[in-house]
Amino acid sequence: MKFAKYMARWRKKAGLTATAADANTAPMAAWANGWRRMAGMVAIGLAPATTGACVNVNAPAEPIVIELNVNIKQEVLYRLVDSANENIEENPEIF
Amino acid sequence: MTSTRTFARMAAVALLAAGAIGTLAVSFAAPAAAQNRDPAYAAARANGTIGEKMDGYLGFVGSPSGNLKALVDDLNIRRKASYADRARAQGVTIEEFAFTQGCLLIARTVPGEKYQAPDGSWQTRGSSPARVDPRCPSAG
Repeated sequence: MKFAKYMARWRKKAGLTATAADANTAPMAAWANGWRRMAGMVAIGLAPATTGACVNVNAPAEPIVIELNVNIKQEVLYRLVDSANENIEENPEIF
Repeated sequence: MTSTRTFARMAAVALLAAGAIGTLAVSFAAPAAAQNRDPAYAAARANGTIGEKMDGYLGFVGSPSGNLKALVDDLNIRRKASYADRARAQGVTIEEFAFTQGCLLIARTVPGEKYQAPDGSWQTRGSSPARVDPRCPSAG
């Protein structure tokens, strides 16, 4: 009891309590910083991954658009067949 | 006696049928026969100097003589005029109508005539159907 009291006084005098407190919080802060940095790094690491995923999503979308254009054109061509056949019948000398 | 008469009747029916099929075949296989083409144009088609292009116009397979070039140019101008009229009526571009016309014109070439294949090369029409663009209505 007497010894503990002495030690506390000595600690106060030596400023150990403060350093002890710092020593306790400092690793905590470093640990938190580490996590924050890691989270940042993970975010940076994810950024290309997410853009990569976007490209993957867009890639199959493009051929579909082209296919659509082909279908529209083909539909137009089907509509013109009758008129084109009529053209041959009415102007046989130019075909 | 009766068997001879039956045979004669059967032969007559067969002849009639053959005649009908023959007329049908001619009207389907050779639509060109009904066309009143300029003799020089018909000859150039037949000997493969000119051919049907994918775009609905006539093209030269080799280098043509001046007379033939003038003749084909005139035909192509008249073709384009007809395409323009019909494209306008259908609300499409001249190129779209001309392309459709080209599909039909290539499909109805007769063996020996030249046509442009989808890869752009000149082909001689054989007995098998012509190679038309996959977008052609007849191909789908």
